[in-house]
Amino acid sequence: MSLHHEVPPEPDLVQLLTPEGIRVEHPDFPLSITDDELKSLFRDLTLVRRFDAEGTALQRQGELGLWASCLGQEAAQVGAGRAMRVQDMAFPTYREHGVAWCRDVDPVTLLGMFRGVSLGGWNPNENNFNLYTIVLGAQTLHAVGYAMGVARDGAVGTGDLDRDTAVLAFFGDGASSQGDVNEAFIWAAAGNLPVVFYCQNNQWAISEPLERQTRVPLFHRAAGFGFPGIRIDGNDVLACLAVTRVALDEARSGQGPTLIEAYTYRMAAHTTSDDPTRYRLSDELETWRLRDPIERLRAYLIREAGVGSDFFAEIDAESEALAVRIRDACRALPDPDPLSPFDQVFAEMTEELAEQKAGYAAYLDSFEGAEA
Amino acid sequence: MSTANLSMAAALNAALRNRMEADAKVLVMGLDVGKLGGVFRITDGLQKDFGEDRVIDAPLGESGIIGAAVGLAIRGYRPVCEIQFDGFVYPAFDQIVSQVAKFHNRSLGQVKMPITVRIPYGGGIGAVEHHSESPEAYFAHTAGLKVVTCANPSDAYWMLRQSVDCDDPVIFFEPKRRYWAKGQVDTEASPPPLHSARVVRPGKDVTLVAYGPMVATALDAANAAREDGHEVEVIDLRSLSPIDIGPVVQSVTKTGRLVVVHEASVNLGIGAEIAARVQERAFYSLEAPVLRVGGFDTPYPASRIEEEWLPDVDRILDAVDRTLTY
Repeated sequence: MSLHHEVPPEPDLVQLLTPEGIRVEHPDFPLSITDDELKSLFRDLTLVRRFDAEGTALQRQGELGLWASCLGQEAAQVGAGRAMRVQDMAFPTYREHGVAWCRDVDPVTLLGMFRGVSLGGWNPNENNFNLYTIVLGAQTLHAVGYAMGVARDGAVGTGDLDRDTAVLAFFGDGASSQGDVNEAFIWAAAGNLPVVFYCQNNQWAISEPLERQTRVPLFHRAAGFGFPGIRIDGNDVLACLAVTRVALDEARSGQGPTLIEAYTYRMAAHTTSDDPTRYRLSDELETWRLRDPIERLRAYLIREAGVGSDFFAEIDAESEALAVRIRDACRALPDPDPLSPFDQVFAEMTEELAEQKAGYAAYLDSFEGAEA
Repeated sequence: MSTANLSMAAALNAALRNRMEADAKVLVMGLDVGKLGGVFRITDGLQKDFGEDRVIDAPLGESGIIGAAVGLAIRGYRPVCEIQFDGFVYPAFDQIVSQVAKFHNRSLGQVKMPITVRIPYGGGIGAVEHHSESPEAYFAHTAGLKVVTCANPSDAYWMLRQSVDCDDPVIFFEPKRRYWAKGQVDTEASPPPLHSARVVRPGKDVTLVAYGPMVATALDAANAAREDGHEVEVIDLRSLSPIDIGPVVQSVTKTGRLVVVHEASVNLGIGAEIAARVQERAFYSLEAPVLRVGGFDTPYPASRIEEEWLPDVDRILDAVDRTLTY
């Protein structure tokens, strides 16, 4: 016998809406959803894409230092975001603009760190949406710790829908190789914690393809840690919504963690500083363009739900208005006060730092024409 | 009776117990901190009294311990993390430096990080590799962290209480070779501020700054110097970030001579920072260059020769003599 078997073929993924816009049923994940809810999801997806495009445009215009586009991943993010309940907590990477949208975080707030006027800039507990985390995978451990707190607060398995709380930890295919992510899996499993790990496998970690990270489908990894893993069509907002809902429900009810692999594609560059033409073929892009998350829902709404052009015109108009608002608000974001970096280093500022701040203030004041 | 003769280990245990009783949000988390009471027994008995939910035996991963503490802090908890030995803190370095230290600032001051990271540190116990290191300078160099170290049971008790109460992250270094030395602890005293240095022995000829495990050694050196007719003033720095430089400057203004001693390697250590600040503020008081006595710039040696590497009374006296004869 040989210990090394042949690698099995790519597994199926959960899909409820095909790339052609045909609704299909999955025996384990029935989803009853109204046409109005579908239209609402379409609105989310479209506005997120428009906002994201504005981010890229603002970077090109020199208004942002950098932008990390979520183009192509809107369904993976909106599906997950809309599966959350108010009390649930999200721990995003730096690309979860669609999740932020679902958590009612103002897109303009997200621009702050990319414009260079803040290093984060919002209160995670206000919308239950943690700060963007740039160090890959670090936030999965924060999610675990938060879930430990949830469990200690007695907010798991009570049956009270407004109390029981789950945590949704986002990361990508690249970060799946990080030690922190693997530690997070271990902690969540050993503690049976109410956390759902949501991996957007967008196939590329900057220039490194998925094969650099793994030789098993990523969701298979969960088995080794002792909790369920599942692959879903990350470009199908309905599959993302349905499966994440179930995983979050199970987490809230005390059944422990799940790993969801949302199989998707990063249609844009890693960030605006990246040049994907150096490492991937446009053929691949074309293949994924045919699986576009928004077009399949549009097709369904037109063909199966009889949604007329008025609706789409309305959404287009709203998109444009959003873009105008974001553009203007971004340009109006003020630079921070040069002395502000001193103020929030500590909750209790040290005398040492106060002295340093005063010294720099005096230095600034020493210039001719400085404000008194 | 509020005064007791306690070992440093017992004082630390009492401080943790006191804070856990006072605040239900205080959690203790680390490796073997539960039934075993920690490899040094600092958390002895706490799990029995406060339960497994508040005294948490963590899965074996230091990054996990600190990363989870961040999430707990976001949720409103006040975690006290134990890193088992100095040389095992590095897997958690990213979480401490990139996450813990920055989170309050990144949230525009809206989320506090009241995390205490206890680290037994330093050598002199005949240990194997990675169990005798002094990594304090790495943390003192990082904006957003507060770094302190105790030298006696009373400070151990009060400084740990103050660290747990602090709304900012505190890296709390415990001199493991002094764990079993006893001293009076008054649990109803009014302690000095956490970030204050203290003159522990007055003198007029030379200022000797030490902290943590080296304070006792410095006091021994001062006693020996008296036999040679030199009055050495010993200052226990206590806080490594921020540094309370005032008492040091005041002392040097009087003595004109300064020796700084620590176990950590001298290169870019706390001693370098003390020397820089003193020459900035007391240049005209100095009668001799500031001297540093510390570990050599080699990896911590095999334990059979660690006494050669660690500063001792003779190496301190040698520096005292050099500064006096400059």
